Amino acid sequence: MSRNGPLALIFHTIFVIVMVAPILVVCLVAFTPEGFLSLPTNGFSLRWFRTIANYPEFIHAFWVSLGLGALSSFVALLFAVPAALAIARYRFRGRDALAALFLSPLMIPHVVLGIAFLRFFTSAGLGGSFAALIIAHVIIVFPFALRLTLAAATGMDRTVEMAAVSLGAGGWTLFRRVTLPLILPGVISGWALAFIQSFDDLTMTVFLAAPGTETLPVRMFLYIQDNIDPLVTSVSACVIAITMTALILLDRFYGLDRVLAGKGDAGR
Amino acid sequence: MSMAAEERSARAPWALTAPALMLFVGVLLIPLAMTVMLSFHDWGQYKGIEPVFILKNWHEIATDPYYAEMFWRTFRIAILTTLLTALLGAPEAYILNRMSGRWKSFFLLVILGPLLISVVARTLGWALLFGGNNGLVNKLLMSLGVMRYPIPFMFTETGMVVALAHVMMPFMVLSVWAALQRLDPQIENAAMSLGAGPATIIRRIIVPQIMPGVLSGAIIVFSLSASAFATPAIIGGRRLKVAATLAYDEFLNTLNWPLGAAVATLLLVALVLIVVGSNALIERRYAEVFR
Repeated sequence: MSRNGPLALIFHTIFVIVMVAPILVVCLVAFTPEGFLSLPTNGFSLRWFRTIANYPEFIHAFWVSLGLGALSSFVALLFAVPAALAIARYRFRGRDALAALFLSPLMIPHVVLGIAFLRFFTSAGLGGSFAALIIAHVIIVFPFALRLTLAAATGMDRTVEMAAVSLGAGGWTLFRRVTLPLILPGVISGWALAFIQSFDDLTMTVFLAAPGTETLPVRMFLYIQDNIDPLVTSVSACVIAITMTALILLDRFYGLDRVLAGKGDAGR
Repeated sequence: MSMAAEERSARAPWALTAPALMLFVGVLLIPLAMTVMLSFHDWGQYKGIEPVFILKNWHEIATDPYYAEMFWRTFRIAILTTLLTALLGAPEAYILNRMSGRWKSFFLLVILGPLLISVVARTLGWALLFGGNNGLVNKLLMSLGVMRYPIPFMFTETGMVVALAHVMMPFMVLSVWAALQRLDPQIENAAMSLGAGPATIIRRIIVPQIMPGVLSGAIIVFSLSASAFATPAIIGGRRLKVAATLAYDEFLNTLNWPLGAAVATLLLVALVLIVVGSNALIERRYAEVFR
């Protein structure tokens, strides 16, 4: 049952069309058979998807993005999981300040982070390297990894752990056999959200990437700066399709509403 | 608890957070401090960066009207984007919230999903829709009789605001949505049973209660818009600069890093002051809501 009046529904329809239109138009133009930007009015063609194969820099950039996202999200979790457990379980002096510091990359404009990392890694002799990209991405995805892990650690049933301790488990065994499996859904979702953030970042990465370490958004951005042709639309359509697949998987695993609620606080 | 165990539990949180803390100090705080320092260094076309302490860059930003104009443009675009998302996003969140279960989650997904789709792809979509004077948006608006002449969207502030509002809209809808979840539907029913019409209910009951959500959404949208890079760079082109695209130019084209660092530092300080200040104001004004 909808309690919205006709005016509200008209507003809603226009709103949804406007939200979807830019994404839809990219996907439609990608199927154009023409050599220029146009909606596919004379049938659909996969011509521009095949053209991607002639641009190895896009394919290479895709692999860089994939590796960077997977690796930096994993490294971020190595740091975030212990930190989340400490923040969830202990009340200690400096706890709030520490949590604020760990979430601060959400508040710092990415352009500022890009500049800071460019300056830092250039003086460290790591300018333009993949290692520098990994470290920088670990910092920007850390808040997302921490948040979802923190939510899982806070909501966890501690009695299971106590039972394990009473049966003689301790330290590493306790973590690996009891704690980690219990918080795993949160950890995996944290990884997935961190991956999406890393995969999507342009503003910070554009400062750090060099030819050879360019990520897909950076390659696309630099390409669009020079000319907009159907090739970038077909690449974009592929990116959109990949993101959609990730979204559906994330929704199955964890519930998209919870993930998005975590992202919605960005900037606070 | 024994003395040893107590001592261990006092040290445990620090042992667990130490790696992350070292990481953040080493590769976040130090680079940020280096950037602030960089803004006080000298730079010349042929001599490059000279590590001395001078106020040259800050003086240039303070006196050259080009920078005042650029920062004013940056914040003007951010303010207009924030207003647009609030005016359209808040009603949409309200309408969504009144839908029945299945439609509600479907449309929520449609509206929030773009949040995770590449900003480059979304902005490219707007560039395609705007596309010169005979772009789809102009054709549509003229055929609907909204306007008689095409207006330029590409390379204009209007286009930037429209595309940015689209990119930021999910944050606003999400924030108002969260506020609506805390709202007691019985208050609306009570107002209705006391004879209030729909307009009165919205004005006197709904708006005051979702205002904290609108305002916190506005802070997020404002700070992200003021520091946005991809959308202003693609829609604004090379001439219409905002703070982020100017800093990018100074770093990667002009190579005047100290000046770029000063622009970035100023943007960071201004945004932190605005965000922290308005958060404090909102929390004081709506203390009862946050309690």
